[in-house]
Amino acid sequence: MKVEIDQDKCIGAGQCVVAAGAVFTQREDDGIVELLVADVPAGSEDGVRDAEMVCPAGAIVVHD
Amino acid sequence: MTRVLPEVPAYPMARDGRCPFDPPPPLGGLREDAPVSRVRLWDGSTPWLVTRYADVRAVLADPRVSSDSDLPGFPHTTPGVAARRGRVKSFITMDDPDHARHRRLLTSDFTVRRMEALRPRVQGIVDGLIDDMLAGPRPVDLVQAFSLPLPSLVICELLGVPYADRDFFHRASRTIIARDATPEDAVGATDDLLAYLGDLVDRKDAEPTDDLLGRLTAEQLRTGAMSRAEIASMGLLLLVAGHETTANMITLGTAALLREPGQLALLRDGGDPAVVANAVEELLRYLTIVHLGRRRVALADLEVGGVLIRAGEGIIAATDAANRDPGAFADPDALDITRKARHHVAFGYGVHQCLGQPLARVEMQVAFETLYRRLPGLALAEPVERLPFKHDMIIYGVHELPVTW
Ligand code: HEM
Ligand code: SF4
Repeated sequence: MKVEIDQDKCIGAGQCVVAAGAVFTQREDDGIVELLVADVPAGSEDGVRDAEMVCPAGAIVVHD
Repeated sequence: MTRVLPEVPAYPMARDGRCPFDPPPPLGGLREDAPVSRVRLWDGSTPWLVTRYADVRAVLADPRVSSDSDLPGFPHTTPGVAARRGRVKSFITMDDPDHARHRRLLTSDFTVRRMEALRPRVQGIVDGLIDDMLAGPRPVDLVQAFSLPLPSLVICELLGVPYADRDFFHRASRTIIARDATPEDAVGATDDLLAYLGDLVDRKDAEPTDDLLGRLTAEQLRTGAMSRAEIASMGLLLLVAGHETTANMITLGTAALLREPGQLALLRDGGDPAVVANAVEELLRYLTIVHLGRRRVALADLEVGGVLIRAGEGIIAATDAANRDPGAFADPDALDITRKARHHVAFGYGVHQCLGQPLARVEMQVAFETLYRRLPGLALAEPVERLPFKHDMIIYGVHELPVTW
Protein backbone atom coordinates (compact mmCIF):
# COMPACT_ATOMS: atom_id res chain seq x y z
CA MET A 1 0.00 0.00 0.00
CA LYS A 2 1.24 3.49 -0.95
CA VAL A 3 0.06 6.76 0.50
CA GLU A 4 0.33 10.23 -0.96
CA ILE A 5 -0.06 13.52 0.88
CA ASP A 6 -0.71 17.04 -0.37
CA GLN A 7 0.89 19.55 2.01
CA ASP A 8 -0.75 22.51 0.28
CA LYS A 9 -4.20 21.17 1.04
CA CYS A 10 -3.39 20.13 4.63
CA ILE A 11 -4.90 22.31 7.39
CA GLY A 12 -3.00 20.70 10.24
CA ALA A 13 -5.97 19.26 12.06
CA GLY A 14 -3.94 16.19 13.00
CA GLN A 15 -6.62 13.60 12.32
CA CYS A 16 -4.16 11.47 10.34
CA VAL A 17 -1.70 11.37 13.24
CA VAL A 18 -4.42 10.09 15.54
CA ALA A 19 -5.48 7.49 12.97
CA ALA A 20 -2.00 6.21 12.00
CA GLY A 21 0.80 7.67 14.09
CA ALA A 22 3.35 5.27 12.59
CA VAL A 23 2.82 6.77 9.15
CA PHE A 24 1.87 10.43 9.58
CA THR A 25 3.34 13.22 11.66
CA GLN A 26 2.96 16.99 11.77
CA ARG A 27 5.90 19.29 11.04
CA GLU A 28 7.18 20.92 14.20
CA ASP A 29 7.15 24.49 12.86
CA ASP A 30 3.75 24.65 11.17
CA GLY A 31 1.74 21.53 12.00
CA ILE A 32 1.51 20.41 8.37
CA VAL A 33 1.44 16.70 7.59
CA GLU A 34 4.60 14.75 6.79
CA LEU A 35 5.13 11.08 6.02
CA LEU A 36 7.33 9.09 8.37
CA VAL A 37 7.64 6.21 5.92
CA ALA A 38 7.30 5.84 2.17
CA ASP A 39 5.64 2.43 2.31
CA VAL A 40 2.84 1.73 4.72
CA PRO A 41 4.10 -0.81 7.27
CA ALA A 42 2.13 -3.96 7.97
CA GLY A 43 -0.51 -3.34 10.59
CA SER A 44 -1.04 0.32 9.69
CA GLU A 45 -3.23 -0.27 6.63
CA ASP A 46 -6.56 0.23 8.39
CA GLY A 47 -5.34 3.34 10.15
CA VAL A 48 -4.13 4.81 6.87
CA ARG A 49 -7.48 4.09 5.21
CA ASP A 50 -9.20 5.78 8.18
CA ALA A 51 -6.89 8.77 7.78
CA GLU A 52 -7.87 9.09 4.13
CA MET A 53 -11.53 9.00 5.12
CA VAL A 54 -11.36 11.47 8.02
CA CYS A 55 -8.85 13.99 6.64
CA PRO A 56 -11.01 17.13 6.40
CA ALA A 57 -8.94 18.60 3.60
CA GLY A 58 -8.73 15.71 1.17
CA ALA A 59 -4.96 15.81 1.59
CA ILE A 60 -4.43 12.04 1.80
CA VAL A 61 -4.75 9.58 -1.06
CA VAL A 62 -4.18 5.85 -0.66
CA HIS A 63 -3.09 3.55 -3.49
CA ASP A 64 -3.56 -0.14 -2.83
CA MET B 1 -48.16 28.09 -14.49
CA THR B 2 -48.03 28.55 -10.75
CA ARG B 3 -47.05 25.86 -8.38
CA VAL B 4 -48.06 25.76 -4.76
CA LEU B 5 -44.88 25.70 -2.75
CA PRO B 6 -44.90 23.72 0.44
CA GLU B 7 -44.53 25.97 3.44
CA VAL B 8 -40.91 26.75 4.26
CA PRO B 9 -40.21 25.51 7.79
CA ALA B 10 -38.68 27.78 10.41
CA TYR B 11 -35.09 27.00 11.46
CA PRO B 12 -33.68 26.19 13.95
CA MET B 13 -36.37 23.68 14.87
CA ALA B 14 -37.26 22.77 18.44
CA ARG B 15 -35.99 19.58 20.05
CA ASP B 16 -38.43 17.13 21.54
CA GLY B 17 -38.34 17.84 25.28
CA ARG B 18 -38.55 14.09 25.99
CA CYS B 19 -35.42 13.40 23.92
CA PRO B 20 -33.10 16.24 24.87
CA PHE B 21 -30.03 14.38 23.55
CA ASP B 22 -31.48 14.01 20.05
CA PRO B 23 -31.57 16.64 17.30
CA PRO B 24 -34.97 18.20 16.52
CA PRO B 25 -37.16 15.40 15.05
CA PRO B 26 -38.14 17.31 11.87
CA LEU B 27 -34.49 17.21 10.76
CA GLY B 28 -34.75 13.45 10.35
CA GLY B 29 -37.78 13.85 8.11
CA LEU B 30 -36.02 16.40 5.95
CA ARG B 31 -32.93 14.20 5.67
CA GLU B 32 -35.18 11.41 4.41
CA ASP B 33 -37.50 13.35 2.08
CA ALA B 34 -35.93 16.69 1.22
CA PRO B 35 -32.23 16.54 2.10
CA VAL B 36 -31.53 19.90 0.45
CA SER B 37 -34.40 22.25 1.12
CA ARG B 38 -35.20 25.82 2.05
CA VAL B 39 -35.74 26.92 5.63
CA ARG B 40 -36.79 30.26 7.05
CA LEU B 41 -34.51 32.12 9.51
CA TRP B 42 -35.18 34.77 12.17
CA ASP B 43 -34.66 37.55 9.61
CA GLY B 44 -37.06 36.06 7.07
CA SER B 45 -34.27 34.85 4.76
CA THR B 46 -34.62 31.36 3.25
CA PRO B 47 -31.22 29.65 2.90
CA TRP B 48 -30.73 26.00 1.99
CA LEU B 49 -30.55 23.41 4.74
CA VAL B 50 -28.39 20.38 3.92
CA THR B 51 -28.97 17.36 6.16
CA ARG B 52 -27.31 14.26 4.65
CA TYR B 53 -23.83 13.24 5.75
CA ALA B 54 -22.36 13.01 2.23
CA ASP B 55 -23.89 16.34 1.17
CA VAL B 56 -22.77 18.08 4.37
CA ARG B 57 -19.19 16.93 3.81
CA ALA B 58 -19.36 17.92 0.12
CA VAL B 59 -20.61 21.43 0.95
CA LEU B 60 -18.05 22.02 3.71
CA ALA B 61 -15.17 20.84 1.48
CA ASP B 62 -16.22 22.90 -1.56
CA PRO B 63 -14.01 25.92 -2.32
CA ARG B 64 -17.00 27.56 -4.06
CA VAL B 65 -18.68 27.74 -0.67
CA SER B 66 -17.68 30.67 1.56
CA SER B 67 -17.51 31.23 5.33
CA ASP B 68 -17.32 35.01 4.90
CA SER B 69 -20.09 36.40 7.07
CA ASP B 70 -19.68 39.83 5.49
CA LEU B 71 -21.09 38.61 2.16
CA PRO B 72 -24.73 39.29 1.29
CA GLY B 73 -26.86 36.20 1.60
CA PHE B 74 -24.85 34.80 4.53
CA PRO B 75 -27.29 33.05 6.91
CA HIS B 76 -26.54 34.61 10.30
CA THR B 77 -27.28 32.43 13.33
CA THR B 78 -28.87 35.15 15.49
CA PRO B 79 -29.46 38.92 15.43
CA GLY B 80 -26.61 39.21 17.93
CA VAL B 81 -24.16 37.37 15.69
CA ALA B 82 -25.25 39.49 12.71
CA ALA B 83 -24.71 42.68 14.69
CA ARG B 84 -21.14 41.71 15.67
CA ARG B 85 -20.18 41.60 12.00
CA GLY B 86 -17.47 44.10 11.11
CA ARG B 87 -16.31 44.43 14.73
CA VAL B 88 -14.56 41.14 14.99
CA LYS B 89 -13.03 39.25 12.10
CA SER B 90 -11.04 36.11 12.66
CA PHE B 91 -10.17 33.27 10.32
CA ILE B 92 -13.32 31.29 11.16
CA THR B 93 -15.21 33.78 8.97
CA MET B 94 -12.52 34.17 6.28
CA ASP B 95 -11.89 32.20 3.10
CA ASP B 96 -8.58 30.99 1.76
CA PRO B 97 -5.99 32.33 1.17
CA ASP B 98 -6.52 34.77 4.11
CA HIS B 99 -7.97 32.01 6.26
CA ALA B 100 -5.00 29.71 5.64
CA ARG B 101 -2.50 32.48 6.28
CA HIS B 102 -3.97 33.15 9.72
CA ARG B 103 -4.70 29.56 10.64
CA ARG B 104 -1.15 28.48 9.78
CA LEU B 105 0.19 30.91 12.37
CA LEU B 106 -1.42 28.66 14.97
CA THR B 107 -1.29 25.11 13.64
CA SER B 108 2.06 24.39 15.25
CA ASP B 109 0.59 25.30 18.66
CA PHE B 110 -2.19 22.71 18.40
CA THR B 111 -0.48 19.70 16.86
CA VAL B 112 -1.30 16.28 18.21
CA ARG B 113 2.23 15.96 19.59
CA ARG B 114 2.11 19.31 21.42
CA MET B 115 -1.26 18.53 22.92
CA GLU B 116 -0.19 15.04 23.99
CA ALA B 117 2.71 16.70 25.79
CA LEU B 118 0.10 18.67 27.78
CA ARG B 119 -1.61 15.49 28.97
CA PRO B 120 0.21 15.32 32.35
CA ARG B 121 -0.71 18.95 33.05
CA VAL B 122 -4.35 18.28 32.10
CA GLN B 123 -4.30 15.20 34.36
CA GLY B 124 -2.96 17.34 37.21
CA ILE B 125 -5.75 19.91 36.78
CA VAL B 126 -8.41 17.20 36.58
CA ASP B 127 -7.12 15.48 39.71
CA GLY B 128 -6.98 18.77 41.60
CA LEU B 129 -10.58 19.61 40.67
CA ILE B 130 -11.77 16.16 41.76
CA ASP B 131 -9.83 16.47 45.06
CA ASP B 132 -11.74 19.70 45.67
CA MET B 133 -15.06 18.05 44.82
CA LEU B 134 -14.34 15.18 47.22
CA ALA B 135 -13.49 17.66 49.97
CA GLY B 136 -16.57 19.81 49.32
CA PRO B 137 -20.33 19.53 49.84
CA ARG B 138 -22.74 17.35 47.86
CA PRO B 139 -24.62 17.76 45.59
CA VAL B 140 -22.47 20.04 43.50
CA ASP B 141 -22.90 21.62 40.08
CA LEU B 142 -20.52 19.73 37.79
CA VAL B 143 -20.32 22.72 35.43
CA GLN B 144 -18.83 25.07 38.01
CA ALA B 145 -16.85 22.45 39.92
CA PHE B 146 -15.31 20.63 36.98
CA SER B 147 -16.38 21.05 33.37
CA LEU B 148 -15.84 24.79 33.04
CA PRO B 149 -12.66 25.26 35.13
CA LEU B 150 -10.74 22.54 33.26
CA PRO B 151 -10.76 23.95 29.71
CA SER B 152 -10.70 27.53 31.02
CA LEU B 153 -7.50 26.90 32.98
CA VAL B 154 -5.88 25.13 30.05
CA ILE B 155 -6.74 27.74 27.41
CA CYS B 156 -5.69 30.55 29.78
CA GLU B 157 -2.28 28.94 30.23
CA LEU B 158 -1.85 28.34 26.50
CA LEU B 159 -2.88 31.84 25.47
CA GLY B 160 -1.41 33.68 28.42
CA VAL B 161 -4.72 35.07 29.69
CA PRO B 162 -4.95 35.52 33.50
CA TYR B 163 -7.33 32.89 34.90
CA ALA B 164 -8.21 35.38 37.64
CA ASP B 165 -10.25 37.25 34.99
CA ARG B 166 -12.48 34.25 34.29
CA ASP B 167 -15.69 35.69 35.70
CA PHE B 168 -15.43 38.50 33.19
CA PHE B 169 -14.66 36.39 30.12
CA HIS B 170 -17.08 33.60 31.06
CA ARG B 171 -19.87 36.16 31.28
CA ALA B 172 -18.93 37.87 28.02
CA SER B 173 -18.63 34.52 26.21
CA ARG B 174 -22.04 33.47 27.46
CA THR B 175 -23.58 36.63 26.07
CA ILE B 176 -21.90 36.09 22.70
CA ILE B 177 -23.32 32.59 22.37
CA ALA B 178 -26.78 33.32 23.80
CA ARG B 179 -29.41 33.02 21.09
CA ASP B 180 -31.59 35.66 22.71
CA ALA B 181 -28.82 38.23 23.32
CA THR B 182 -29.94 41.60 21.99
CA PRO B 183 -27.72 43.05 19.26
CA GLU B 184 -26.63 45.72 21.76
CA ASP B 185 -25.61 43.15 24.37
CA ALA B 186 -23.79 40.96 21.84
CA VAL B 187 -21.89 43.95 20.46
CA GLY B 188 -21.15 45.20 23.99
CA ALA B 189 -19.76 41.83 25.13
CA THR B 190 -17.66 41.58 21.98
CA ASP B 191 -16.26 45.08 22.39
CA ASP B 192 -15.48 44.41 26.06
CA LEU B 193 -13.58 41.23 25.23
CA LEU B 194 -11.72 42.89 22.36
CA ALA B 195 -10.72 45.81 24.58
CA TYR B 196 -9.57 43.39 27.28
CA LEU B 197 -7.51 41.33 24.83
CA GLY B 198 -6.11 44.47 23.20
CA ASP B 199 -4.87 45.66 26.61
CA LEU B 200 -3.35 42.26 27.16
CA VAL B 201 -1.49 42.53 23.85
CA ASP B 202 -0.15 45.93 24.93
CA ARG B 203 1.09 44.44 28.19
CA LYS B 204 2.77 41.59 26.33
CA ASP B 205 4.31 44.09 23.94
CA ALA B 206 5.82 45.96 26.90
CA GLU B 207 6.80 42.78 28.70
CA PRO B 208 7.10 39.73 26.44
CA THR B 209 5.68 36.43 27.71
CA ASP B 210 6.25 32.86 26.61
CA ASP B 211 2.70 31.98 25.59
CA LEU B 212 0.61 32.07 22.42
CA LEU B 213 -0.54 35.71 22.64
CA GLY B 214 2.94 36.75 23.75
CA ARG B 215 4.44 35.00 20.74
CA LEU B 216 1.92 36.52 18.31
CA THR B 217 2.67 39.94 19.79
CA ALA B 218 6.42 39.45 19.37
CA GLU B 219 6.32 37.85 15.95
CA GLN B 220 3.31 39.45 14.26
CA LEU B 221 2.60 42.79 15.96
CA ARG B 222 6.19 43.96 16.18
CA THR B 223 6.92 43.01 12.58
CA GLY B 224 3.76 44.74 11.40
CA ALA B 225 2.37 41.48 9.99
CA MET B 226 -0.76 41.71 12.15
CA SER B 227 -2.46 44.62 13.86
CA ARG B 228 -3.36 44.80 17.54
CA ALA B 229 -7.04 44.47 16.57
CA GLU B 230 -6.36 41.37 14.46
CA ILE B 231 -4.52 39.66 17.31
CA ALA B 232 -7.32 40.58 19.71
CA SER B 233 -9.91 39.07 17.33
CA MET B 234 -7.85 35.91 17.02
CA GLY B 235 -7.50 35.77 20.80
CA LEU B 236 -11.25 36.16 21.20
CA LEU B 237 -11.91 33.23 18.87
CA LEU B 238 -9.43 30.99 20.71
CA LEU B 239 -10.61 32.00 24.16
CA VAL B 240 -14.33 31.50 23.49
CA ALA B 241 -13.95 28.39 21.29
CA GLY B 242 -11.39 27.00 23.71
CA HIS B 243 -13.52 26.77 26.82
CA GLU B 244 -17.26 26.81 26.04
CA THR B 245 -17.20 23.82 23.70
CA THR B 246 -15.14 21.40 25.77
CA ALA B 247 -16.99 22.39 28.95
CA ASN B 248 -20.35 21.57 27.37
CA MET B 249 -19.08 18.27 26.00
CA ILE B 250 -17.90 17.16 29.45
CA THR B 251 -21.17 18.12 31.13
CA LEU B 252 -23.59 16.91 28.48
CA GLY B 253 -21.52 13.78 27.88
CA THR B 254 -21.72 12.96 31.58
CA ALA B 255 -25.49 13.52 31.59
CA ALA B 256 -25.85 11.19 28.59
CA LEU B 257 -23.64 8.49 30.10
CA LEU B 258 -25.40 8.60 33.47
CA ARG B 259 -28.60 7.77 31.61
CA GLU B 260 -26.92 4.74 30.06
CA PRO B 261 -25.05 3.02 32.90
CA GLY B 262 -24.02 0.14 30.64
CA GLN B 263 -22.12 2.52 28.41
CA LEU B 264 -20.63 4.34 31.38
CA ALA B 265 -19.41 1.04 32.84
CA LEU B 266 -17.80 0.08 29.53
CA LEU B 267 -15.90 3.36 29.50
CA ARG B 268 -14.90 3.22 33.17
CA ASP B 269 -13.97 -0.43 33.42
CA GLY B 270 -12.36 -0.77 30.00
CA GLY B 271 -8.99 0.15 31.47
CA ASP B 272 -7.87 0.97 27.96
CA PRO B 273 -7.08 4.45 26.60
CA ALA B 274 -8.33 3.33 23.17
CA VAL B 275 -11.79 2.61 24.65
CA VAL B 276 -11.90 6.07 26.19
CA ALA B 277 -10.68 7.72 22.97
CA ASN B 278 -13.35 5.90 20.99
CA ALA B 279 -16.02 6.88 23.50
CA VAL B 280 -15.06 10.53 23.12
CA GLU B 281 -15.54 10.33 19.34
CA GLU B 282 -18.94 8.68 19.77
CA LEU B 283 -20.04 11.31 22.29
CA LEU B 284 -18.94 14.05 19.90
CA ARG B 285 -21.04 12.44 17.16
CA TYR B 286 -24.05 11.67 19.31
CA LEU B 287 -24.25 15.10 20.96
CA THR B 288 -23.03 17.45 18.17
CA ILE B 289 -23.04 20.35 20.64
CA VAL B 290 -22.30 22.99 17.97
CA HIS B 291 -25.87 22.37 16.96
CA LEU B 292 -27.17 25.16 14.76
CA GLY B 293 -25.38 24.11 11.59
CA ARG B 294 -22.28 25.40 9.90
CA ARG B 295 -23.17 28.62 8.10
CA ARG B 296 -22.00 29.29 4.54
CA VAL B 297 -22.86 31.19 1.36
CA ALA B 298 -22.43 29.98 -2.25
CA LEU B 299 -19.86 31.90 -4.34
CA ALA B 300 -20.96 30.20 -7.57
CA ASP B 301 -23.86 28.13 -8.83
CA LEU B 302 -23.43 24.58 -7.56
CA GLU B 303 -25.34 21.35 -7.30
CA VAL B 304 -25.79 19.67 -3.96
CA GLY B 305 -27.65 16.38 -3.77
CA GLY B 306 -29.21 17.08 -7.17
CA VAL B 307 -30.46 20.54 -6.16
CA LEU B 308 -29.15 23.69 -7.83
CA ILE B 309 -27.93 26.30 -5.37
CA ARG B 310 -27.33 29.72 -6.91
CA ALA B 311 -24.39 32.03 -6.28
CA GLY B 312 -25.23 34.32 -3.36
CA GLU B 313 -27.63 31.92 -1.66
CA GLY B 314 -27.09 30.94 1.95
CA ILE B 315 -26.35 27.35 2.97
CA ILE B 316 -26.62 25.70 6.38
CA ALA B 317 -24.77 22.40 6.72
CA ALA B 318 -26.66 20.58 9.50
CA THR B 319 -23.86 18.62 11.13
CA ASP B 320 -26.23 17.38 13.84
CA ALA B 321 -28.47 15.74 11.22
CA ALA B 322 -25.43 14.41 9.34
CA ASN B 323 -24.09 12.77 12.49
CA ARG B 324 -27.38 10.87 12.80
CA ASP B 325 -27.54 9.85 9.13
CA PRO B 326 -28.14 6.08 8.86
CA GLY B 327 -26.20 6.24 5.60
CA ALA B 328 -23.06 6.99 7.59
CA PHE B 329 -23.72 5.42 11.01
CA ALA B 330 -25.70 2.21 11.61
CA ASP B 331 -28.47 2.63 14.19
CA PRO B 332 -27.49 6.30 14.46
CA ASP B 333 -29.74 7.25 17.38
CA ALA B 334 -28.09 4.75 19.72
CA LEU B 335 -25.20 5.88 21.90
CA ASP B 336 -22.65 3.11 21.36
CA ILE B 337 -19.17 3.96 22.61
CA THR B 338 -17.69 0.93 20.85
CA ARG B 339 -18.77 1.89 17.34
CA LYS B 340 -16.47 3.43 14.72
CA ALA B 341 -17.39 7.09 14.86
CA ARG B 342 -14.19 8.92 13.96
CA HIS B 343 -15.65 10.14 10.68
CA HIS B 344 -18.25 12.28 12.49
CA VAL B 345 -18.56 15.96 11.56
CA ALA B 346 -18.93 17.36 15.10
CA PHE B 347 -15.69 19.34 14.55
CA GLY B 348 -16.92 20.43 11.13
CA TYR B 349 -15.26 19.37 7.86
CA GLY B 350 -13.13 21.00 5.20
CA VAL B 351 -10.58 23.74 5.77
CA HIS B 352 -12.39 25.16 8.82
CA GLN B 353 -12.44 21.88 10.73
CA CYS B 354 -11.71 22.61 14.36
CA LEU B 355 -8.17 23.78 14.99
CA GLY B 356 -8.40 22.91 18.69
CA GLN B 357 -9.50 19.30 18.24
CA PRO B 358 -6.24 17.72 19.45
CA LEU B 359 -6.54 19.80 22.62
CA ALA B 360 -10.25 19.08 23.07
CA ARG B 361 -9.56 15.34 22.67
CA VAL B 362 -6.89 15.30 25.37
CA GLU B 363 -9.10 17.31 27.75
CA MET B 364 -12.15 15.11 27.21
CA GLN B 365 -10.22 11.84 27.35
CA VAL B 366 -8.57 12.74 30.66
CA ALA B 367 -11.80 14.18 32.08
CA PHE B 368 -14.01 11.19 31.21
CA GLU B 369 -11.40 8.60 32.16
CA THR B 370 -10.66 10.16 35.55
CA LEU B 371 -14.06 11.45 36.68
CA TYR B 372 -15.88 8.11 36.62
CA ARG B 373 -12.89 6.18 37.95
CA ARG B 374 -12.46 8.44 40.95
CA LEU B 375 -16.19 9.00 41.54
CA PRO B 376 -17.61 5.55 40.74
CA GLY B 377 -20.86 6.43 42.51
CA LEU B 378 -21.44 9.55 40.43
CA ALA B 379 -25.20 10.16 39.96
CA LEU B 380 -27.55 12.94 38.93
CA ALA B 381 -29.03 14.83 41.86
CA GLU B 382 -31.97 15.92 39.68
CA PRO B 383 -33.98 13.85 37.22
CA VAL B 384 -32.97 14.34 33.59
CA GLU B 385 -36.36 15.91 32.80
CA ARG B 386 -35.62 18.76 35.19
CA LEU B 387 -32.20 19.64 33.76
CA PRO B 388 -31.92 23.11 32.21
CA PHE B 389 -30.90 22.19 28.66
CA LYS B 390 -29.29 24.93 26.58
CA HIS B 391 -31.98 25.34 23.94
CA ASP B 392 -31.18 29.04 24.22
CA MET B 393 -27.49 28.82 23.34
CA ILE B 394 -25.53 28.49 20.10
CA ILE B 395 -23.51 25.74 21.78
CA TYR B 396 -25.74 23.05 23.27
CA GLY B 397 -25.37 21.57 26.74
CA VAL B 398 -26.92 22.01 30.17
CA HIS B 399 -26.62 25.19 32.19
CA GLU B 400 -26.19 23.23 35.41
CA LEU B 401 -25.63 19.58 36.24
CA PRO B 402 -26.26 18.85 39.91
CA VAL B 403 -24.42 15.63 40.78
CA THR B 404 -23.67 13.61 43.85
CA TRP B 405 -21.69 10.40 44.57
C1 HEM C 1 -15.34 19.54 22.09
C2 HEM C 1 -14.89 20.67 21.82
C3 HEM C 1 -15.01 21.41 20.52
C4 HEM C 1 -15.96 21.32 19.53
C5 HEM C 1 -17.20 20.42 19.49
C6 HEM C 1 -15.57 22.26 18.50
C7 HEM C 1 -16.27 22.46 17.31
C8 HEM C 1 -15.83 23.23 16.26
C9 HEM C 1 -16.48 23.33 14.98
C10 HEM C 1 -17.77 22.63 14.58
C11 HEM C 1 -15.74 24.16 14.18
C12 HEM C 1 -16.00 24.47 12.72
C13 HEM C 1 -16.43 25.86 12.40
C14 HEM C 1 -16.89 26.02 10.96
O1 HEM C 1 -16.93 25.07 10.19
O2 HEM C 1 -17.27 27.13 10.59
C15 HEM C 1 -14.63 24.62 14.99
C16 HEM C 1 -13.68 25.51 14.57
C17 HEM C 1 -12.70 26.02 15.41
N1 HEM C 1 -12.41 25.62 16.71
FE1 HEM C 1 -13.33 24.19 17.75
N2 HEM C 1 -14.43 22.89 18.88
C18 HEM C 1 -14.05 22.40 20.11
C19 HEM C 1 -12.95 22.77 20.84
C20 HEM C 1 -12.06 23.75 20.50
C21 HEM C 1 -10.93 24.15 21.31
C22 HEM C 1 -10.52 23.55 22.64
C23 HEM C 1 -10.33 25.15 20.64
C24 HEM C 1 -9.09 25.82 21.18
C25 HEM C 1 -8.41 26.70 20.70
C26 HEM C 1 -11.07 25.38 19.39
C27 HEM C 1 -10.77 26.32 18.42
C28 HEM C 1 -11.37 26.40 17.17
C29 HEM C 1 -10.96 27.33 16.13
C30 HEM C 1 -9.85 28.34 16.21
C31 HEM C 1 -11.81 27.10 15.02
C32 HEM C 1 -11.79 27.82 13.67
C33 HEM C 1 -11.07 27.00 12.65
C34 HEM C 1 -11.09 27.59 11.25
O3 HEM C 1 -11.98 28.36 10.91
O4 HEM C 1 -10.18 27.25 10.47
N3 HEM C 1 -12.11 24.50 19.35
N4 HEM C 1 -14.69 24.02 16.25
S1 SF4 D 1 -5.76 14.87 8.61
FE1 SF4 D 1 -5.45 15.92 6.66
S2 SF4 D 1 -5.55 18.09 7.16
FE2 SF4 D 1 -5.27 17.00 9.08
S3 SF4 D 1 -3.06 17.00 9.43
FE3 SF4 D 1 -3.55 15.11 8.38
S4 SF4 D 1 -3.32 15.60 6.21
FE4 SF4 D 1 -3.41 17.54 7.27
